[in-house]
Amino acid sequence: MRPRRREAWEGYAFAAPWIGGFLMLTAGPMLFSIWLSFHRWNVLQPAHYVGAFNYVYAAHDPRFWTALTNTAAYALVGVPLGQVVALGLAVLLNQQVRGQGFFRTVFYLPSVIAGVATAMVWTLLLHPDAGAVNLVLRGLHLPEKSMPGWFTSPSWWPPGAMPGLILMSVWGTGAAMIIYLAGLQNVPQDLVEAAEIDGATAPQRFRHLTIPMLTPTIFFNVVMGIIGSFQVFTSSYVVSNGTGGPADATLTYVLYLYKHAFEQFHMGYAAALAWIMFAILMSITLLVFKSSGRWVYYEGVQRR
Amino acid sequence: MSAGVREGGWRRRRRFRQGAAYALLVLGSAAYLTPFLWMVSASLKQYETVFDFPPTLLPKQVKTVRLHDQVLKLATYSPPGGKPARVAVLKADAGLLTMEALSGPRKGQTVKAPQAAVKYDTMITPRWRNYPEAWTTMPFNRFLLNTLIITVLGIVGTVLSTSFVAYSFARLRWPGRDVLFVVVMATLMLPSQVTLIPQYVIYRTLGWIDTFLPLIVPAWLGGSAVYIFLLRQFFMTIPVELDEAARIDGASSFTVWTRVMLPLSKPILATVAVFSFVALWNDFMGPLIYLNSTKNLTLAVGLRVFQGTYGTYMHLLMAVATVALVPVVIIFFVAQKQFVRSIVLTGIKG
Repeated sequence: MRPRRREAWEGYAFAAPWIGGFLMLTAGPMLFSIWLSFHRWNVLQPAHYVGAFNYVYAAHDPRFWTALTNTAAYALVGVPLGQVVALGLAVLLNQQVRGQGFFRTVFYLPSVIAGVATAMVWTLLLHPDAGAVNLVLRGLHLPEKSMPGWFTSPSWWPPGAMPGLILMSVWGTGAAMIIYLAGLQNVPQDLVEAAEIDGATAPQRFRHLTIPMLTPTIFFNVVMGIIGSFQVFTSSYVVSNGTGGPADATLTYVLYLYKHAFEQFHMGYAAALAWIMFAILMSITLLVFKSSGRWVYYEGVQRR
Repeated sequence: MSAGVREGGWRRRRRFRQGAAYALLVLGSAAYLTPFLWMVSASLKQYETVFDFPPTLLPKQVKTVRLHDQVLKLATYSPPGGKPARVAVLKADAGLLTMEALSGPRKGQTVKAPQAAVKYDTMITPRWRNYPEAWTTMPFNRFLLNTLIITVLGIVGTVLSTSFVAYSFARLRWPGRDVLFVVVMATLMLPSQVTLIPQYVIYRTLGWIDTFLPLIVPAWLGGSAVYIFLLRQFFMTIPVELDEAARIDGASSFTVWTRVMLPLSKPILATVAVFSFVALWNDFMGPLIYLNSTKNLTLAVGLRVFQGTYGTYMHLLMAVATVALVPVVIIFFVAQKQFVRSIVLTGIKG
């Protein structure tokens, strides 16, 4: 066998790209970012130590709260809605219908290609007059005053910009659907058949068998969904021409952070915003993890 | 007998369920495909018809005719109780149209009728010229080239560096390895925004702003932790005996990596490659922050600049958007299996 020490050296050598990248692009920057968040710095002039000012300032910054509530609303409405749609599609796909592969492709495609181009398509699709969505709604003879204004209006009802963004996010939940489909295919078929023989109806089987068996998958998708929602940037940037408008309705957290950092060069404040976001995300994730003991069912793990 | 009846009922229920599922899937996929249809349709419309109300799916244009040295719109007039006649519209005035009949008993005469009785004759006229027109409005060839350079170099870097690193975590024994692997996994939880600003400052200090380096170099330094995880898991399924045999033949770790691990991991390497392709191709924030001059923009940012400058030319915008989507859609169809499998393994999103 090779000498141990040689193998250790090789081990470090092979891991070196990651170790170097981690130190230079993650660990170092994290420390620097903490330092920055206690300073005022516009890149050009020397940094000034300002203590916790940036954090205190955020608490008194109305646009910070707008961005935070916008993002929270986006996650709070978008994640459950997206999960329901994704799970619904997965259940439908799991019915062994003909053309399953085709349908799966159609529902999955948007999540893979989502970017600037698709966000632009949505601005046209949700155009109040020329868009396909309002065309369908007009076909249903909806009263003109409850016709959505989408990205031209800051309101929630009739649906304005934020509901528009949420609709876009629901269109992009294909990845979650694929994960649900895999989860559904792991539900033991003999359990389903046993329940069927015992006279459980399809809704009962879904409620008391499929859903509990899927809870680990739901848990995973919800956590990923929340993290993804908090990082939304491209779609809010594109639909609002980079402004977060109308009336700050699409000003999401990362867009606000971006504007401070790269439009106004408030590097210290932007760093503080990043850490506040990190703290919020961590707390939410921990909260979901903590609650998971009560609703996530793991096979083979005894409940106490 | 009763068993047979129950069996039949069960089968009927099942068939009904499948039928209902099928109907919902057809409706759902129509809804999911609408954005694409709408995009392509708008990309073939005229400037004047993109914002038509009510909108139409097909790029239509009203037929015209040259009459009395004028270009007039063609229409069909259906008089109450009479036969429909072909007309040329001379004047449209607050819902009242003045027309000249081109067929029927009143041929050659001037007719007046309310708008409701007249339907314009349209023809489907895809305006293919939108594509070259849009593409040359801004240096999109350049943007495409830039995107390709970044994407290709990024993919190569990601595949090489992540498999290199994953080999170390999967096969070599060294002090601190398991602790560092936990760190690798922990970086997955870190939102990239936390390191965004310091990274910008670092690249700025290095003079890398407005170059492709900030977009490519990270890929060569271990890329994304998800890929390291994915590859490590895969490497661990390769029998150790294969490395041992190679070692007995005098192979070094590097040779084991190139001759044993990489050839046996082609499917998973392909997965990493397609995922990094999509991530690099779709990346918006990175190029937006790091690239400034027009000649350096990528397609994603170029599209956004195009939207900012020529946003009202929706037909041109949609033409470029269509072209920008084509490569990703092709990759998606070619590598669909890779996508589906790895998303199940790791839950990474495209």
